[in-house]
Amino acid sequence: MEYFLQQMINGLTLGSIYGLIAIGYTMVYSILGMINFAHGTIYMLGAFISLIAYLAATTIGGAPVVVALMVALFATMAFTALWGWTMERVAYRPLRQAPRLAPLISAIGVSIVLQNFVAQAQGARVKPLPPVIQGGFTLMDGDGFSVNLSWMQIIVIVMTLALMAGFSWMIAHTRLGRAQRACEQDMKMASLLGIDIDRVVSTTFVIGAALAGVAGLMVTLYYGVIDFYIGFLAGIKAFTAAVLGGIGSLPGAMLGGLLIGLIEALWSAYFSIEYKDVATFGILIMVLVFRPTGLLGRPDVEKI
Amino acid sequence: MRGPVRDAALAAFVAAALALPMLGFRLVDSASGLTLAGRFDLVAWAAGLVFAGRLGLRLLGGLLPSLPALPAPPARLGDMRRHAGWALTAFALVLPFLPFADRNLVDKATLVLIYVMLGWGLNIVVGLAGLLDLGFVAFYAVGAYSYALLSQTFGLSFWVCLPLAGLFAALFGLVLGFPVLRLRGDYIAIVTMGLGEIIRVVLQNWQDVTGGPNGITGIERPSLFGLSFKATAPEGQRTFAEFFGLEFSGDHRVIFLYFLILALALATNLFTLRIRRLPVGRAWEALREDEIACRSLGINPTMVKLSAFALGAMFAGFAGSFFATRQGFISPESFTFHESAVILAIVVLGGMGSQIGIVLAALLLVGLPEWFRELQQFRMLAFGGAMVLIMLWKPAGLLSRRDPTIRLGDAG
Amino acid sequence: MTRPLLAVEHVGMRFGGLFAVNDLSFEAGQGEITAVIGPNGAGKTTLFNCITGFYKPQVGRMTLSHPDGASFLLERLDDHVITRRARVARTFQNIRLFAKMSVLENLMVAQHKRLMAASLFSVAGLLGLGRYRNAERDAVELARHWLERVDLLDFADVEAGSLPYGHQRRLEIARAMCTGPLLLCLDEPAAGLNPRESAELNVLLRSIRDRDGIGLLLIEHDMSVVMEISDRVVVLDYGRKIAEGTPAQVKGDPAVIRAYLGEPDDAETGRPPC
Repeated sequence: MEYFLQQMINGLTLGSIYGLIAIGYTMVYSILGMINFAHGTIYMLGAFISLIAYLAATTIGGAPVVVALMVALFATMAFTALWGWTMERVAYRPLRQAPRLAPLISAIGVSIVLQNFVAQAQGARVKPLPPVIQGGFTLMDGDGFSVNLSWMQIIVIVMTLALMAGFSWMIAHTRLGRAQRACEQDMKMASLLGIDIDRVVSTTFVIGAALAGVAGLMVTLYYGVIDFYIGFLAGIKAFTAAVLGGIGSLPGAMLGGLLIGLIEALWSAYFSIEYKDVATFGILIMVLVFRPTGLLGRPDVEKI
Repeated sequence: MRGPVRDAALAAFVAAALALPMLGFRLVDSASGLTLAGRFDLVAWAAGLVFAGRLGLRLLGGLLPSLPALPAPPARLGDMRRHAGWALTAFALVLPFLPFADRNLVDKATLVLIYVMLGWGLNIVVGLAGLLDLGFVAFYAVGAYSYALLSQTFGLSFWVCLPLAGLFAALFGLVLGFPVLRLRGDYIAIVTMGLGEIIRVVLQNWQDVTGGPNGITGIERPSLFGLSFKATAPEGQRTFAEFFGLEFSGDHRVIFLYFLILALALATNLFTLRIRRLPVGRAWEALREDEIACRSLGINPTMVKLSAFALGAMFAGFAGSFFATRQGFISPESFTFHESAVILAIVVLGGMGSQIGIVLAALLLVGLPEWFRELQQFRMLAFGGAMVLIMLWKPAGLLSRRDPTIRLGDAG
Repeated sequence: MTRPLLAVEHVGMRFGGLFAVNDLSFEAGQGEITAVIGPNGAGKTTLFNCITGFYKPQVGRMTLSHPDGASFLLERLDDHVITRRARVARTFQNIRLFAKMSVLENLMVAQHKRLMAASLFSVAGLLGLGRYRNAERDAVELARHWLERVDLLDFADVEAGSLPYGHQRRLEIARAMCTGPLLLCLDEPAAGLNPRESAELNVLLRSIRDRDGIGLLLIEHDMSVVMEISDRVVVLDYGRKIAEGTPAQVKGDPAVIRAYLGEPDDAETGRPPC
């Protein structure tokens, strides 16, 4: 029981990170109908930027840990947002009218470029960071096994929830959110009604990238090791999460992320850690076969 | 003049901002943990280059407003392409005997041909049937491991294993395709990608059968009608060199492998060219164009998709067993998602459905980087960059013209 | 009494809480043109999608009877099976051609079933056996026949997507006919046609009825087409049948006038039925 609880906590933490990345996929997909393959790479960039910003603030600026973390957070969001914006501008916008596969190939190209750029610029070796935030609570002390909730886990989960809440509010209540939803429904019509499509798409990429950046920051702090390759698998899993939750749905992305995190943690704990990715994808395939719109996606009637 | 300069300055500013964290600082491992080193000169370089490039493009674009317009394709382009196809085939046939062809070149050509064959195989799935398959490498892996395991466990020869490997891969395609192919559009992409990863993970972890991360070594090399390419023939066989009274040379095998893959690739090509003119092939293309219309014409989309998926898989299986026999060693390392992405890129860059386009794209994406092996570290950067640039330049692929499979005058 | 070609009985189709088609019954006969008309949103296209199997109605029965006595319950069959076995073909409101394929290829795809059988699922064709070559020649002949009928013979080797709009409409009809149907369902075939093209369409549809002897079911907004060529008219409003009969009967029906014109006091916003 204690063991199970502990795995739940670990899974939820991991799932929060997936969920944050998944939002970027789901938003871009619902507006442009494309899989932004390079989104996982943005998350990886976020991890690196946060590490660099944190180190710059502490070692060069001599800032205390809390200040350094805030610096890292804002720097990460700002810089990943800029990367996301540039990516859309350079590699996707010219292809908006192109055949369906063109932006996908372009996206794969971008992710290869960025991965190798980081490998060149920062070295291909794994980058370790000693734990910054330590300690936590012991929730339960069973015989020989105690359930721990670390500060870091609390931060990850709380921050994810806060971002999600803020973001959902934005989509529901602001002008930008309305414009975004309008583009999702019918881009041509939205543009006829005077909505600046380019701006909406840019903002979507900026927000998605900033959230992925936060996820990168959290993974740096939580696991303490990053390398240039982490974006690939996390990206696939986050996209899986978006599809699992129902693509286009924000709560769906979060739910999908949490489920993937839980599946991964529990499967690793009870079955085999080697086959955890098989479990994730297996479940994805089953969901798609039996409920193609995902868990929270709207069922869409085929228009004929 | 002010417009372009301001525009370029803005681009340079963005470039500097992008480069600042990732290029301006470098993470350095030191005794006391990670530290940072500054390299701000690189940021300046990046900004400067972007400024110059952007300004140059703007000015050039202003001077030559109609530069990128390509000449309209001549009416007889179809003929020209057919001739180009024959010319390329003829060149491929004589390549190993040309004066400048050394062992290294033939070896590289073999590698390119593997990708040409894989591209032609995937073209059936993506280019003709329009199914976005991001896990094609799974079938390549199935082919390679089928050959390796069959030959090691049962001692079967390459020529027996080759069709079996194709068959297994096709069966795999059928079994995996069945649940997947009812899904629509991009879901197929993500699920096939997942399947590719699953197969890789299984290969990596199923120690008893696949050898895990260490893979399988000592895979039997192929022979030509029983003529071995080893220095000394095993019991009851003769070597190729003995039979033809040649002096033994390692080159013979390299050249033999080259012709083997050339034959396999040409067979794939021939198959595709033929099947495009048959009902199944036409149904594939129709399905790519409009699935609903297909259903309204009495075509069962699942069966049609499944046939494309399985046939594409079969050719990947053939290519896989060739790969295994060429390397003599396989491991999960060779079957990562990256391979799937490269093959897909070859198909899309080549121009979805164009056979010659795929050859061009394979030369460009696989052959060219091989030349620059010395620049190892920048190879992949250039590879990714080329993918983006070609798509921006020609979103429909390098050669995207399609010829009808039948003309009213032809049959009759 | 012989059974009608198509009998629709008490069919209902609901999206969420809204009935798009509600308790609808009517019949369409062989060698007849039956028109389904009604204001926008009356459920006409939904009805078509039910008959051709793209939607599955929640209630009701649709029986298609062949002259040889075979009959099919359409609501139980998949869309492609309906075309292949029950021999119902259709066109679409927004034309769905295989745009990058040539006109002739479009017509060849429509003969998939026969060509597949002749080529033993393409295996014989792959080996280049004569049996397939003969079948292909026949298929080209049938395609040529329909290209002549719809006056597109000169465009046979042109990319279908590059044809002018009116030609595309005719090609879609020819493609549907190449499947060898007993019932042809046409979803607004006259939409977007100019008066001359519209008149040519009337001739074509009549010739299909008279020469090929099959049944036609037709959704149409263009009343000049409906009134001129249909043998029977079914009028829908809000998913229900409000009138049925010959064009002349329907034209004078007060319920029909009300549906099209609205209540008398806001008559000026409506559209006259003819």
